[in-house]
Amino acid sequence: MIGPRVRRVSAVVLRQAYLLRGSPARILPLFAWVAIDVVLWGFISRYLNLVAASGLDFVPLLLGAVLLWDFFSRVMHGVTMAFFEDVWSRNFLNVFATPMTTGEYVSGLVVSAVLTSTLGLAVMLGLATAAFGLSFAAYGLAILPALLILFLFGIALGILGCAIVLRLGPAAEWLIWPIPAVLSPFVGVFYPIATLPRWMQAVSWLLAPSYVFEQLRALTAGRPVSWGALGVGALLAAAAIVLAAWAFVRVYRHAVRTGLLARYSAETVS
Amino acid sequence: MTARGPILLVERLCKTYGAAPAVDGISFHVAPGEIVGLLGPNGAGKTTTISMILGVLAPTAGGIRIDGIDLARRRSEALERTNFAAVYAPLPGNLTVSQNLTVFGLLYGVRDVRARVEALLAALDLVAFRDTKTGVLSSGEQSRVTLAKAMLNAPRLLLLDEPTASLDPAVARELRARIRGVAAREGQGVLWTSHNMREVEEVCDRVLFLSHGRILLEGDPRRLPGEHGRASLEDLFITVAREPLALEQP
Repeated sequence: MIGPRVRRVSAVVLRQAYLLRGSPARILPLFAWVAIDVVLWGFISRYLNLVAASGLDFVPLLLGAVLLWDFFSRVMHGVTMAFFEDVWSRNFLNVFATPMTTGEYVSGLVVSAVLTSTLGLAVMLGLATAAFGLSFAAYGLAILPALLILFLFGIALGILGCAIVLRLGPAAEWLIWPIPAVLSPFVGVFYPIATLPRWMQAVSWLLAPSYVFEQLRALTAGRPVSWGALGVGALLAAAAIVLAAWAFVRVYRHAVRTGLLARYSAETVS
Repeated sequence: MTARGPILLVERLCKTYGAAPAVDGISFHVAPGEIVGLLGPNGAGKTTTISMILGVLAPTAGGIRIDGIDLARRRSEALERTNFAAVYAPLPGNLTVSQNLTVFGLLYGVRDVRARVEALLAALDLVAFRDTKTGVLSSGEQSRVTLAKAMLNAPRLLLLDEPTASLDPAVARELRARIRGVAAREGQGVLWTSHNMREVEEVCDRVLFLSHGRILLEGDPRRLPGEHGRASLEDLFITVAREPLALEQP
């Protein structure tokens, strides 16, 4: 028998499923931008394989990295998109006046993101494998913690993005979309962290995905993977989730205390 | 749970924004089967009070018990017994009527949600709109969908903020009769706000007049005007809105 908590979490997921089912405009972005990235970086990787004398295989090095970074972005945007649906439809009063707790609501957003990002990853991987011969098998077992770390970090940033929009108002959603692009220079998606100036490196080592890309780069260069470094990445990602959840709960309580939640549709949020 | 106690008990409820009180120490109750009108001019504190009862606004002081359950301590349990409809809280327009009702049915923990949705679609004459996007319905039809949402969990406490504001007179009359029937039959407590004083006289057993966040008057809407030397409830409302101090004098 399904308990009330599961029922409430499933309601958030079901809402998202209904929206996707009823709107091709929502389904297309799950794959379209990723497909463009796969095609673009697939050809760049193929070209570099032809002209570079380093002996490196650029397909797992660059295309694989792009694919994993897109996976992280999908996870993060999966959480925020499900939240934005309530922002856009001015649904906060209806949703938060139900028995649902903030934990159940955030869990619903996360489950929605898990489903959409997994679907996106499968399509991306299928395309990259068919067109450019990319195989995650090239990363060995390290791909599993790598995906887990990126997934956890995506969830964390998604929850943080929701907290920012809840606190600053609907207009703040434009601060959320570019977060992956802003972070990508720091986490070394395309180059080693050592390439960066010292102050950027200091930031990099606080970000969980840096450990993923450093280790996957090591693997493709034929060096052994450091499981300890991946462990640090996992711990940082878990800490990021705890911090993001704390921030969301704080913002939610502030919104309930100040009346922001009851009149959220207003643009005059402060 | 207190089956014989009030459905809603509000005690010394306060909400202040900075130094300004929006709700200033009000206490009232709603008994089983009773429809209580919460009246007052714009800015009197009605919506603030309703927001606090819905758990989306934290009181500065005071307490709220729904069906005997302390809202501050056992929020989910209290809100399982509550639901609301308000003109300023439409359901998402990008979901169909049945999708919206299914989602909210799950959120309110309704067990056989599909059967409940079908029953409410039939009861509120919404069957023809089952697969229509809620956003393309007329305002009156959307109000009926919102009311169906409000009845999904057969709430012990129903909060209705101007529920008939966008309904034509025939549908509004039918709706009032329906809510009176449900309240009497199922012992539901209803808190009803409206600016339509004829509607209030017809539907409410008791009214509370709010002014500047305080309850100024309380009583039977059919007798209250006479007790205060006014010809009608509308006259009394206007007095409350314009000269509340005149009513405070003994």
